[in-house]
Amino acid sequence: MLLFFITIPLCAAFLISLFNRKIKNLSDFIANLATFILFLFSLSSIKLISLYKIIVYRLGGWMPPMGICLVGDGLASFMLVTVNLISFLVMIYSISYMDRYTDKWKFHALFMLMLAGMNGVILSGDLFSLYLFLEMASISAYVLVAFGTEPEDLEASFKYAIMGSIASIFILLGIGLLYSYTSTLNMADISSGLLNKPKGLLVGFVAVLFLAGFGLKSALVPFHTWLPDAHSSAPSPVSAILSGIFIKTLGIYALARIFFNILGISDKILFLFMVLGVLSMVVGALLAMAQNDIKRMLAYSSISQIGYIVFALGIGTPLALLGGLLHLFNHAVFKSLLFLNAGAIEYSTGSRKLSDLGGLNSKLPITGGTSFIGSMSIAGIPPLGGFWSKLIIIIAAVQTGHIGFAFVAVLVSIITLVYYLKFQSFVFFGKLNQAYIKVREVPLVMKLAMVFLAGISIFSGLLLTPPFKDFLQSATGILLSGTAYGQAIFGAIK
Amino acid sequence: MCFVLFSIGLYCILRKRNIIKIIIGIVIVEYALNLFLILIGYRIHGRAPIVAQDQEILNMVDPLPQAMVSTSIVIGLAIIVVLISLAIRIYEKYGTFDITKIRRLKG
Repeated sequence: MLLFFITIPLCAAFLISLFNRKIKNLSDFIANLATFILFLFSLSSIKLISLYKIIVYRLGGWMPPMGICLVGDGLASFMLVTVNLISFLVMIYSISYMDRYTDKWKFHALFMLMLAGMNGVILSGDLFSLYLFLEMASISAYVLVAFGTEPEDLEASFKYAIMGSIASIFILLGIGLLYSYTSTLNMADISSGLLNKPKGLLVGFVAVLFLAGFGLKSALVPFHTWLPDAHSSAPSPVSAILSGIFIKTLGIYALARIFFNILGISDKILFLFMVLGVLSMVVGALLAMAQNDIKRMLAYSSISQIGYIVFALGIGTPLALLGGLLHLFNHAVFKSLLFLNAGAIEYSTGSRKLSDLGGLNSKLPITGGTSFIGSMSIAGIPPLGGFWSKLIIIIAAVQTGHIGFAFVAVLVSIITLVYYLKFQSFVFFGKLNQAYIKVREVPLVMKLAMVFLAGISIFSGLLLTPPFKDFLQSATGILLSGTAYGQAIFGAIK
Repeated sequence: MCFVLFSIGLYCILRKRNIIKIIIGIVIVEYALNLFLILIGYRIHGRAPIVAQDQEILNMVDPLPQAMVSTSIVIGLAIIVVLISLAIRIYEKYGTFDITKIRRLKG
């Protein structure tokens, strides 16, 4: 069951590159079918996890401390649903959007490889295969960023590739040191091994290496410089994936899993998370204000929202973790929606400068409507999903006595509202630019994906209500259980 | 030794302006890391961990880091291929390898 999440996209990538020359449009079909099946599987994983709590798949039948295993638990299934939902909708969208580029099948094949990498990162049960999947996803992301082969794309991709490979080198160094200390690579084994050993300087050094590596991957503020370039230069579906789920699985999820479940969380690290989170929030929001390019603005806003999630992890109470995970889901939905909107605007007008556009609401009613919902949700306007997650995070911050940080979070939320209102008023309201008088609405499939995402972002607040609450609770439970994770996994094997 | 190599590589990445030199920096860092991983598995007077029928190996080197290194060499190869092909395309578009002149993205 768990193996399918990795093998299906891999097989799809293989089939696409095998048959693309023979049959036209086959790559579209295979890619959409694969993402759809993966989405269904991820939904069914919720049910399995709620039955068995932890599923362990032993690769090749070897017992875990020796062999490689895949582990599915509440947190993993939560991430799987998020990743596969977004990638399914983005894939529908890119049926039409990617027609502008040549060699569409290469896009599909690389996309599938990236998806396999992300699913692998979520499921892998030992550190080295986590590193492998991480590299697999990153390398295909570097190539996808440069997909347009314009000078800007290449520059952004090169920058991203250099930063990304430095990050992976740090991560591998950390893994090597941890292996020399505990002489095992299995996550569960490491976490129970570390419990019995004194925590020397080495563990602290490893923690710093992991923080630097995964921080680079998730673009926390001191390491954020690659993100605006890479995310604004990539084709829109790719930026939706990169901003929506890529930095979360490779950055936040891996960070949370390693620090909460393996190394064990301490007050110092929590405080560090909190400071980094607040820093990212403020810097991202302030820089987003100043942008004139739609996608660049969205990219900076991603940094700011990632700040919220890391801040919530840093507070560390059950309520805060719940809010953080809900915000992670919400952000995945509305940020990919907004990037798809930006893509739709670019598709029909050919421009993404805020100052060029205006009055597009009459021409692009569906794009306008969905992006209004997305913007309001990210800014935290009450009935929409984004409000609830931000509210929970801020309440949790106040409860633990971090009034100052909570105040900053509210302030950043207001700044977010300001720059999204600016985006709305410059693009969709006001006077129509004469150059765009003949603009037409985007094709049906693109509308379909955008409407779906908008619908989810309206109702995602419902995840807090009873029928869905278990789903979030089981994910936060995993993070809360901390280093007991190791014992839990060995318990599930026997 | 491998930390010296590591620092040389990092210096190369951070200080050099030529794209090719940056890539070489990355290669050096990766090799330093591979060397480090091998050293983790090293035991004094160890021998290769090959199972044979008629002898018992008492003191063998740890095979797992070696497997890790061979994997990480492959990953390194993939990264280098991507980087160099990007460098070639950048040279086509910009006509230079100097990163101070390749600055079209700002803000």
